Amino acid sequence: MAKNNVIGKTEQRWDAIAKVKGQAKFTADFPINHKLHAKILRSTIAHGYVTAYDITEAEQMPGVVKIFLPEDLPQNKFGTAGHPWSMVPAKRDIEDRTLLTRHVRVYGDDIACVVAKTELEAIRALEKIKVTYEKYPVYLTPKAAMADNARRIHEERDNVIADTSVGYGDVAKELKAADYVIKEHFHTPMQQHVHMENQVAVAWQSEDQRWTCISSTQIPYICRRIIGQAVGIPWSQIRVQKPFIGGGFGNKQEVIIEPLVVALSMACGGRPVEMNLTREESIAYTRTRHAIDYDLAVGVNKDGSITAIDCNVYSNQGGYASHGHAIGGKGGTFINALYKTESLRYAAKTIYTNVATAGAMRGYGIPQVMFALESIMDDAAEKIGMDPIDFRIQNRRPEGFLNTLSHVQQFNFKIDKCLEKGREAFHWDEKLQDSLKYKTGSKRRGVGVAGFSYGSGTYPFGLETAGARLTLMPDASFKLMLGATEIGQGADTAFSQMAADTIGVGYDKIIRDAMSDTDIDPFDTGSYASRQTYITGFAVQEAAEKMKQKILKRASEMYDIRPEYMDIVDGNIVYSHNDQKIADLADFAMSSFYDMEHGRAIVAESSVNIHNNSYASGCTLAQVEVDIETGQIELLSVMNVHDSGKIINPILAEGQVDGGMAMGIAYGLSEGVRYNEAGKPLNNNLMDYKIPTTMDLPDLDHTFVESEDPLGPYGNKSLGENPLCSPAAAIRNAVKNATGVAINSNPLASQHVFEQLKQAHVI
Amino acid sequence: MNQTIEFTLNGETMHYSVDVRQSLLELLRDELALTGTKEGCGVGECGACTVIVDGETVDSCIYLAVWADGKTLTTVEGLAAEDGSLSDVQTAYVQDGAVQCGFCIPGMVLSSTQFLEDNPTPTRPEIKRALSGNMCRCTGYQKIVDAVADVAEKRQENADIAPVKFTRHA
Repeated sequence: MAKNNVIGKTEQRWDAIAKVKGQAKFTADFPINHKLHAKILRSTIAHGYVTAYDITEAEQMPGVVKIFLPEDLPQNKFGTAGHPWSMVPAKRDIEDRTLLTRHVRVYGDDIACVVAKTELEAIRALEKIKVTYEKYPVYLTPKAAMADNARRIHEERDNVIADTSVGYGDVAKELKAADYVIKEHFHTPMQQHVHMENQVAVAWQSEDQRWTCISSTQIPYICRRIIGQAVGIPWSQIRVQKPFIGGGFGNKQEVIIEPLVVALSMACGGRPVEMNLTREESIAYTRTRHAIDYDLAVGVNKDGSITAIDCNVYSNQGGYASHGHAIGGKGGTFINALYKTESLRYAAKTIYTNVATAGAMRGYGIPQVMFALESIMDDAAEKIGMDPIDFRIQNRRPEGFLNTLSHVQQFNFKIDKCLEKGREAFHWDEKLQDSLKYKTGSKRRGVGVAGFSYGSGTYPFGLETAGARLTLMPDASFKLMLGATEIGQGADTAFSQMAADTIGVGYDKIIRDAMSDTDIDPFDTGSYASRQTYITGFAVQEAAEKMKQKILKRASEMYDIRPEYMDIVDGNIVYSHNDQKIADLADFAMSSFYDMEHGRAIVAESSVNIHNNSYASGCTLAQVEVDIETGQIELLSVMNVHDSGKIINPILAEGQVDGGMAMGIAYGLSEGVRYNEAGKPLNNNLMDYKIPTTMDLPDLDHTFVESEDPLGPYGNKSLGENPLCSPAAAIRNAVKNATGVAINSNPLASQHVFEQLKQAHVI
Repeated sequence: MNQTIEFTLNGETMHYSVDVRQSLLELLRDELALTGTKEGCGVGECGACTVIVDGETVDSCIYLAVWADGKTLTTVEGLAAEDGSLSDVQTAYVQDGAVQCGFCIPGMVLSSTQFLEDNPTPTRPEIKRALSGNMCRCTGYQKIVDAVADVAEKRQENADIAPVKFTRHA
C-alpha cells in the first residue's frame, strides 16, 4: 500500500526527455561495425511445398555473402509464443516450426534467406531466386480447415489443434426453461498490432564467444530460451538485450526473427547480422489478433435473470500454433466473471488455417469474446425491454464471487460501479434522449454500452515470477534493476514510484536503465498479460522493503539506535515515533560505501512467485451517428470507465486508456487484414490497413473507479490491455440503437454497414 | 553516382558527397549517425521520419538526399537549445504525458513545431489536421493534441514557458 505519497501521483516518465530529444536509442540505432544484412525470401503461395530452388543467379549478385536454404540451418522445432517454459511437457506450447521451411503454411512463409553486405543488395538477390512449388489446397477459415477431406497443414497433428469445453449446469435444460432464447453468430477480424517500430534484431558473437542479440522484444528472457531451442545451444550461451522499443502490443511477445538472426550470425563466422522487417512484412507475415467465430445462445427471463450462456468458439489460428488455444480457450472465464447465470458452456476449438499466424495481441482473446458477449447481452436486454445498463448491473457477480472456471476469487470487482459512474459521467440518459430525435432521415443517432473483465497476469494458468534489484548509490539515489520490460507503457516509471514510496524517498531518487539485459537484470518473464505493475510490483516492493531494512540495520550500527525506532521519510532517517531527523540519507549513503568501520555497499534483491490474481473490469459508452446513405459511422463521443484498483500514476494511466481506446475503436470500425482466395494478403501497408490517424478519432474521454485492491502490491490491478476490450461492442450496440440493425461482424466499415442496412431494408 | 551537396543541418553548414539514389533518411541515419529520425514504413505513410526542410515538413524516407542541396534542415536533434534545454514544444510533450514508446515522437514533435510556426493560433481541429500525417499507435493522439494546444495557448499568454522562436536555423 502507498505510504509516502509517491504512489498515486503524476510523475513525469523518466524517459520522456530522451525521447523528445531524439537521444533514445532503439534497436536499429546502435552503431555496430561491419554489420551484415539479412532478408527473408517469402513464399508466394499460402499452402504447398518448395520442390526446388535455383539460386545460381542470386549467388552471383553483388554484395551477397551467403544464401541459406532450409537445410543449411538448424532443423530444431520450436514455438514462438512468449510463455515461460513449462516443466510439464504436456503444457508446453506446440513446437511446429523450424528456422526456414520448404513446407509452406502461410503466404509469405520463410522459405530461404539472403545475407548481404547491404540491405538493398540482399533484396536484389532475393529477386533472383527461382522457386518451384507443389501447391496444396488453401484453407482460409476454420470451417474449411475442419472439413472431412481437408489436408493436414502440419502432418503431425490434426488441423483442430485444441478442443475444450468448460462450464457448469445443464445448458440445454436451462435454455428450454428460459422465457426467451437469443441465438446469434459473431465474427471478429484479424487486427494487426502496427507498432510504429517494425520487428528488428541484430546478433553477433561476443568477445566471450557467446552470442549477443539486441532485439525489440517484450520478453528478453523468453527470447533467450527460444533462441537456444531453435539454434540448439545452451540458453546460457545467449545474451539478449532490449533497448527502448517502439511499441509491441503483443506482437513482440513472440520470438519471430531473433533465432534466425542468431543462426545467420553463427553461419557467417560470428559477424553481426541485422534483420529489419519492412512494414509490409510486419503487417502480413508476423502475427495478428485471432479472428474468432462465435455461436452464442443466451436464455433470459422476463425478470432479467439469465438461465444459460452457451458459447461455441472457433478460433482461426493461421499457419503455426504460436499462442494457440491459450487465446480462444480463455473467454469462458471472463464471461463467467461478469454474469450470473444458472448454466454456462464454453466450448472452444482452435484450428490451423493458411492465413497469417495469429498470436498475442493486446487483450489476448478478450476483445473478441467481449464483442460477442456484450452484443448478445445487449440484445437480450432489448428483448425483455430492459435498460442495458440496468440489465448488466442486475446480473453482475457478487463481491467475492469464486470464479470456478479459474479458481480466482473476485474481490473488489466493481463492474457495477463502473456502469453507474459511466451512466452519469457520459450523460447516458441525456444522450439516449437526444438520439430519439434522430431515428428518421439520413443521419441516425444511437448510444451503446459494453462491459468487460480482465485478469492481472496469468495465474493460475501460467507461472508468475519476477525479480528486482536495488543498489544504494553514494548520494542516496537507488539504481533499480529489473527484467521487466518497459515497452512504452510507462512501467519503468510506475516501478520507480513504487520503489521510492516503499523506501521513503522521492521519485527522482530512483534510477532506471533503458536497456534490459539477460546477463545483468533479475529474471522476469516480461511484458504481457497486463502483469507487470501487478506481478513485478510485488518484486519491487519486496526489494524496496529489504533495502529499507538493510539501511535501518546499518544505521542502527552507525548511530547506536535500535532499528525498530527508525524509519525513512522524505530522504531522511528519522525516529519513527515523531519523524525527528537522525541523519540525512545522503550522508548515510556515503558512509555506507566509505566509512572505515561500516563501509560495505548495500544491495537488496528479490525474486517472487505470485499465486494470486485480481480481476479488473470496466466499460465503454459510445454515441454514434450513422449516415444510412453511405454506411459511414461518426463516433460522436466515447468514454471508458475502469476498475483497475489504485492508479499508480494518473497521467500514465490515462495514456494507456487513450491508446487502448483508439485501438479498440479501430477494431470496431476500420481494422482487419484482408485476403484474396489464394490466401494472399491484400492490405499490408498503412494506406490500406486503417489504423486511426488524428482525423479518425473523437476526443477520448475516460474516468476511473479507484479503490485499493486487497491483493495488488500497491492496491493496483491490471490496466494495460483493458481499455480495448469493450469499445467495439459499445459501438456495435450504438449502431443498433441508431438504426435498429444489429451487425455481428466487425469492423463496421462503411461498405459493410451499408450492405447490412440494405439487407435489413433500412435503405 | 555521387553528387556533392551543401546544406545547413541543425545550424551547421555541411558539405557531403551523396549517392544520388540515397534518401535523406539514409543520409541522416546511416552516414551522419543522426538516429533520432526514425523509419516506420519507408514509403511515406507513417511520418516517423519527418524532418523540416526550408520551413516545410517532409517524409525524409521518400525525399532524396540530393534535393537537400542548398536547403536548411532541422531534425529532432536540432530542436533543443545549445545548452540542451528543451523547446517549448518538447517541454509540453514531456509535461502533458504525450510520450509513450517514443518512436513516432521525433516526427510528431517536428510536425508540431513547424505547424505552430505556420499557425500560431490554431483550433483543435486544425491541430488534428496538421498532425494527420504522423501516425502514433500508443496515445490515441489525445495528449499529443493537448500538448500542441498547450504550447499555442502559452505562447499567446507569453507565459511560463519562454517562447523559443523557431527561427534559430532558418
